[in-house]
Amino acid sequence: MTETVVPRKTYVAVWAVLMCLTALTGAVSFINLGEWSTVVAIAIACGKATLVIAFFMHLRYEKQRIIWVWATVSAVWLTILFLLTMNDYLTRGFLRVPGK
Amino acid sequence: MSESSQASAWSVREALDRDSLHEQYAEHDQQRESAKLGMWVFLATEVMFFGGMITGYIAYRDAYPAAFRAGSVHMLFMAGTLNTAILISASLFVALAVHAAQLGERKTLVWFLSIAMFLGVCFLSIKGYEYYEHWVDHKVPGPSFQWDGPDPRHAEMFFVLYFFLTGFHALHMVIGVSILAFIVYFAARGRYTPEYHNPVENAALYWHFVDIVWIFLYPMLYLIGHKHV
Repeated sequence: MTETVVPRKTYVAVWAVLMCLTALTGAVSFINLGEWSTVVAIAIACGKATLVIAFFMHLRYEKQRIIWVWATVSAVWLTILFLLTMNDYLTRGFLRVPGK
Repeated sequence: MSESSQASAWSVREALDRDSLHEQYAEHDQQRESAKLGMWVFLATEVMFFGGMITGYIAYRDAYPAAFRAGSVHMLFMAGTLNTAILISASLFVALAVHAAQLGERKTLVWFLSIAMFLGVCFLSIKGYEYYEHWVDHKVPGPSFQWDGPDPRHAEMFFVLYFFLTGFHALHMVIGVSILAFIVYFAARGRYTPEYHNPVENAALYWHFVDIVWIFLYPMLYLIGHKHV
């Protein structure tokens, strides 16, 4: 059997960290950090997602490189979707269109 | 053990192996790796499915930040936070269930999956309660939508995105709980062994993915108003 069996303790430890991060992000949302509120909230969410993917979804223990490729590629495609869309919306006011 | 019962034990074992190992695979490891790869490919398409709606959210929030903050104030902060904790705990039990399947602990597997299902139903109940509150509060987009503050059309857009994102997430939860119900049924009948438990593993991957979607929806929808309580 080549499958890695992760100890129960590891799962419980990851769960404890995820619960702490949830409490943290909830608490921080009461502090007005202006523009940084969103940055902090999304950074914490990314951290939580990484923990779930690495431990609960076993990516950290994955020996098949092709699964790493698919996990990474999802993030890359998502980034392309966000970047190219916002590249349009954010830059629409940059150049003045004659007659508009 | 007599010789004949030994022989019958072996034939049962062989039948189980024949049943769980499909003919196109050389061994269980290869079968498991193929099944898992298929699931990850499917999850990549799911990322794009939610990604489209999240792109809409980003574009509208960028255009109307004040209306989105005002909309988020109407979210039930405690319900959303509690639901986040429930989903993370459900994911823990699903992860522990996979652990039990790997070791062939049938009863533990059934118990942990049942607990995860129960937590999933709790999540959906709380979500339903939130929807009810928004309905009573006239915050469901459409003819009955009421808004006291400025910019009602764009506040309504926040609620459109809220219902689409959480609605599709809830649909995934319903599907996830249903899948776990099938897995519990087959697990109780002893179908899964340390060699063959691909359905448990793949159902777990799906469940964790749905958990990750919520991990992002929670700050996007509930935490941008600064004035919950």
